[in-house]
Amino acid sequence: MFIRITIPTLLLILLALVPFGAPGLQVLLTLALAKGIAVMGVTVLLRSGQVSFGHALYFAIAAYGGAFTLMLMPGADLIIVLVFGIVTAVLSGIIVGLFVARYRFIFFAMLNLAFSMIFWSILEKFYHYTGGADGMRLPRPTVMWIELERGAYELVMFYLALALALGLGWFSMRWLDSPTGQLFRTIKTNETRLQYLGMSPQRVMLTGYVLSALLCGVGGIIMGLVQGVVTPEYAFWVRSGEMVFIAVLGGAGSVPGALVGAAIYEIVRTYASAFAGDIWQLVLGTFLLIIILFAPGGIAGIYSGVMDRIAGKKEDSE
Amino acid sequence: MNLTLFLLALFDGIAYAALVFIVAVGLTLIFGVMRILNVAHGSLYAMGAYLTASLTTFFVAAGLPPIFAFPCMLVSAVLIGVVIGGPLEWLLLRRIYHKPEVLQLLVTFAIFMILEDVQRLVWGTQPIFQSAALQLLGNVRVFAVNYTVYQLILLPIVAIALLVGLRFFLRRTVAGKLIVATTEDREAAQAIGIDADKVFLLTFIVGAGLAGLGGALASPTTSILPGIGADMIVLSFAVVATAGLGQIEGAALTALLIGLGRSFAVYVWPETQVLVPYLIMVAVLLVRPEGLFGSPAARKI
Repeated sequence: MFIRITIPTLLLILLALVPFGAPGLQVLLTLALAKGIAVMGVTVLLRSGQVSFGHALYFAIAAYGGAFTLMLMPGADLIIVLVFGIVTAVLSGIIVGLFVARYRFIFFAMLNLAFSMIFWSILEKFYHYTGGADGMRLPRPTVMWIELERGAYELVMFYLALALALGLGWFSMRWLDSPTGQLFRTIKTNETRLQYLGMSPQRVMLTGYVLSALLCGVGGIIMGLVQGVVTPEYAFWVRSGEMVFIAVLGGAGSVPGALVGAAIYEIVRTYASAFAGDIWQLVLGTFLLIIILFAPGGIAGIYSGVMDRIAGKKEDSE
Repeated sequence: MNLTLFLLALFDGIAYAALVFIVAVGLTLIFGVMRILNVAHGSLYAMGAYLTASLTTFFVAAGLPPIFAFPCMLVSAVLIGVVIGGPLEWLLLRRIYHKPEVLQLLVTFAIFMILEDVQRLVWGTQPIFQSAALQLLGNVRVFAVNYTVYQLILLPIVAIALLVGLRFFLRRTVAGKLIVATTEDREAAQAIGIDADKVFLLTFIVGAGLAGLGGALASPTTSILPGIGADMIVLSFAVVATAGLGQIEGAALTALLIGLGRSFAVYVWPETQVLVPYLIMVAVLLVRPEGLFGSPAARKI
C-alpha cells in the first residue's frame, strides 16, 4: 500500500518543481497536461464501453470559443476566456450529446467523427469568420486583470494546467465511483439491466458525454491559450485519433493513466518527430495495434502489474 | 436556377452517387457479413485511386494507347483487394472477432492510421492528376449541356451492373449463398460444414476490392491528394448508416439521395456542400435510428 502512494506523490512533486529544475520542459509539459485533460474525456467514455473518433470537436470548439471571446471582448481576462470557452464546449456537448447518446459502438464512434468533420469543414469554408486554415489568434489575456510578461504567463498556465488536471482528474474518478458514474459504467457491462432498474440509458449516457465534452473543452482552451493560436487542425480526425491512442496507451479507463500517457506521448513525440515526422501516424497505429493485441491494460495495467509484484497481491483491485 | 444548371447539378449528383455507392457497398457488405465496420475502407479507396493513376501514367508513358487506363483500373481494384485486403483479414481481423466491439473499432482505426501514412510515403503529398480515361471517352450533349461520357454513362452503368451483379452473386451462386448463410447465423453455418473463415476472407477481399474499384473509377475525375480517404470513409459511412447497415439495395438509393443533395447544394449554396450529406443522415437517423431500410435489431437478453 505504501509504495502505491509514494511513487505517484514523488512524481507529482517532481512535476510541480519542473519550472525550477527543468524550465526547458515547462511549455512541453503544459501542452501535455492540456492534452491529458482532454484525453481524460475520452477515457471517461471508454468506461461506458464507447469510443469516440471525434472528440477533438470539443477540443476545438472550446479553443475557438476562447478565440471569439478575445476577439469580441479585447482585453478579456483569463478567467472569462476560460469560462466562455468551456461553456461553449459544454453547450455543444449537450446539443450533440442529445443526438448521439441514443447510439452505441459503431454509430457512436462514427457519428462523433461525422460531427467533428462537419465542424472542421465549417472552420475551413467560412473563413470570413474563422480565418480558414490560418486559424485565429488568441492574444495573451490578463491574469486577474494584471498584465503579465510571457515568462510569468507561461508559469501561470503551467500551474493552472497542473491544478486543473489534478482537480478534474480527482473529480472524474469520484464521479465514476458515484451512483451516476456506476450507472454510466453499467452501459458497458449490462445496458439492459439499467433499463430494468427503471433508468434511462440515454440520460445516463448524456451525463457522461457532457462530462467528457467538458474535459476535452478544458484541454482545448488551455492548449489554445498556451499556443496563442487555434487552427482547424484542432478539430481534425488526426487529433481525435491521437486522443484515442493516448487513452488506450494510458490504460483503457484509467484516469491517471490518461495523464501519464499524455506526458509520455508528448515527450516521445517531441524527440521522435525529428526521425519519424513523416510516418508518425504509422508509428502510432502500429503501437495501437500492439497495445490492443498484447497489452490491453496499457500503462496503467503494466504499472499495477509491477506494483502487485512489489507490494504483493493483498488488496482487491477492480 | 435555370434548366442548364439544373441538369448540371443532376448529372453531377448521379456521377457522384455512382462512385459513392461503389465504395459504400463494399463497406456495407463487410459489415453485413463480419459485423465489423472497416474504418480503413477509406484508405483502400484512396490507394485504389493512387495505384490506378500511377499505373495509367506508367503505361501511357511507355507508349501504350490510353485505352489501357481501363484494364489498369481493374488491376488496381484486384490488387487492393488481394494484396492489401487479404492479409489484413488474415493477419489482423481474424484475431479480434471474439473481442469487444470497441476493440474491433480501434483495430480498424489503427489500420486506417497506418495506411494513411503508407500512402503518403509511397505517393507523396503532391496532388496527382491522371484523366486519360476521362478524355478518351469524350463528351456527350444532353439538352444543350455538355457532359463527359465517362461520368454520365460509364459510372452509372458500372454502379448498376455492380448492384445487379451482387444481388445475383448473393442469391444465385454457391459462394454467395455461403456468404448469406454465414451472415444469418455463423454457428449454424459452421455446423453444416461451411468454412466460415474462408467466407470471411472472401468477403473482406471482395469488399476491399470494391473500395479499390471506387478509387480507381474516381481517379480520372478528380485530383488525388492526401485526405481523400478520410473524407470518403465518413461519407460512405453516412450513406451506409442512412440506408441501414448491411443493406445493399438501400445503399444504392441513399447514395443517390446524398449524391443529388450534395450536388444541388454546390449550385445553390456552395459553402454547405460538405454539410448536406450529414444533414440528410442526421435527419434520417433522428426519425429512424436503424436507417431507412434497416429493421430494429432484436435485443439479446
